[in-house]
Amino acid sequence: MKYMLMIYRDEALFAADAKSGAHSAPYIAYAEALKKSGALVGGDRLQVSEAASTVRVAGNRTEVLDGPYADTKEQLGGFYIIDVPDLDAALEWAAKCPGAINGAIEVRPMWVM
Amino acid sequence: MAGGGEVLGGVSGEAERVARQSYGRLVAFLAARTRDLAGAEDALSEAFASALSDWPHAGIPKNPEAWLLTVARRRQLDAMRRGGTRAAATEHLKLLSDELSDQQQADIPDERLRLMFACAHPAIDARMRGPLILQTILGFDAATIASTFLVPPATMGQRLVRAKTKIRDAGIAFRLPERADMSERLDAVLEAIYAAFTEGWIDPAAAPSRRRGLAEEAIWLGRLVAVMLPDEPEALGLLALMLHLEARRGARRTEAGDYVALAEQDPTAWDRTLIDEAEDILLTASHRGRIGRYQLEAAVQSAHAIRRFGRQPDWGILETLYDHLGALTGSPVVAVNRAVVIASGRSVEEGLAALDAVNGDQRLADYQPYWAARADLLSRCGRTQEADAAYARAIGLETDPAIRRFLAGRRSGLAVTS
Repeated sequence: MKYMLMIYRDEALFAADAKSGAHSAPYIAYAEALKKSGALVGGDRLQVSEAASTVRVAGNRTEVLDGPYADTKEQLGGFYIIDVPDLDAALEWAAKCPGAINGAIEVRPMWVM
Repeated sequence: MAGGGEVLGGVSGEAERVARQSYGRLVAFLAARTRDLAGAEDALSEAFASALSDWPHAGIPKNPEAWLLTVARRRQLDAMRRGGTRAAATEHLKLLSDELSDQQQADIPDERLRLMFACAHPAIDARMRGPLILQTILGFDAATIASTFLVPPATMGQRLVRAKTKIRDAGIAFRLPERADMSERLDAVLEAIYAAFTEGWIDPAAAPSRRRGLAEEAIWLGRLVAVMLPDEPEALGLLALMLHLEARRGARRTEAGDYVALAEQDPTAWDRTLIDEAEDILLTASHRGRIGRYQLEAAVQSAHAIRRFGRQPDWGILETLYDHLGALTGSPVVAVNRAVVIASGRSVEEGLAALDAVNGDQRLADYQPYWAARADLLSRCGRTQEADAAYARAIGLETDPAIRRFLAGRRSGLAVTS
């Protein structure tokens, strides 16, 4: 089954880490481990939520708002898509994700057509 | 046995027997591949309906379980064909290959334990783990489960559907946990079984019979887990605990339905066979050398059961057991029981002091046994007015009329002596 691991974390902390470069080594190792196991389908890091725009279409009017959809302290900072046998395997990978330490990983099964 | 029972209402004993003994086994097997519990239950109930129309004239098949399984499997395949998704097609192929091997062996692999672990998975709402196990393994319907867990039937029905959908869509596997996770995950299974037992255990006089049946069903599940995981001492511990408590069922009320406290129960009214079995199981568990909550709680009951030999419980041992339990669980309920034991073993004043030590715990504010214990110890210290207030509080918190009468009796006894 395919799952998306969504990495939520406090952007203030994230920014500090990003400057020091402290976050990148663990992520590189993590992605490498995922690749080696054959579980990695894809993934990417996202820019901070300040860079986000939110779009809605009401009738024929397009409304664009500055900022993320939900203005919460912890924001989506990146994601992985993995293909593993079941939820337990997905949860295990989520627990190994560096983002799980100072943030939280939401694990969602992907829709199957 | 409401799920199968409803369908079978008034039909032959054989069909009832199969429904009772095999319901969970068949559901577990049917759902093991697809993880689709609701689909498996639907298919099985259609198979039971077919049995009701076929068996009376065709005769009961030699292997009723295999017959039901074949029919249910066909229903599952039909449903998938109608569903028409790619995922369904893949599942379809898996099931077809299963069907071939079914013909070679009549034995249905027992997937019930795996199903229980799926129901008690950490990704499932903790409140729903017990109800889910009761429904899928024992075939209880949502209304029965709702009444035992004191939740509106519609709410319980929705929650059960949601939990089953979660198992299917989130990809929760039917399998035994890895060794490293075993004790934590087993804990959730045991907790769910114990919750079911407790629901059937409290309030024995007022409860409808199906609620009493719940305790028996929980013991049955406890036996199943203990047999399938014989190396897990906590599974044995829970079974011993439930058997010890069940042994006292008849002694907990007078014939008039009045509440009888444990210390005042007549030990000859206890079920000796159940106690002996509990003692054997607890001994086996202790040989495994891994102590845990349920073994400790069973040991507490075992210490009280010594009264069947005309001896008083060893209060020192009981205090030690509660010390360990307290350290393990941090439960304020344990602290209350410990204080009561101290009052019996050392002195009432020391017991009251132990109770005072947890006085501020908010979790005890609405806990009836805390106030009842407090009232009792206060009255034995001669602090009648405070005891009266504590009894009032306890009575206000109790819902079982028999226990309320008992507490009110104690309270009015205060007025006489003061």
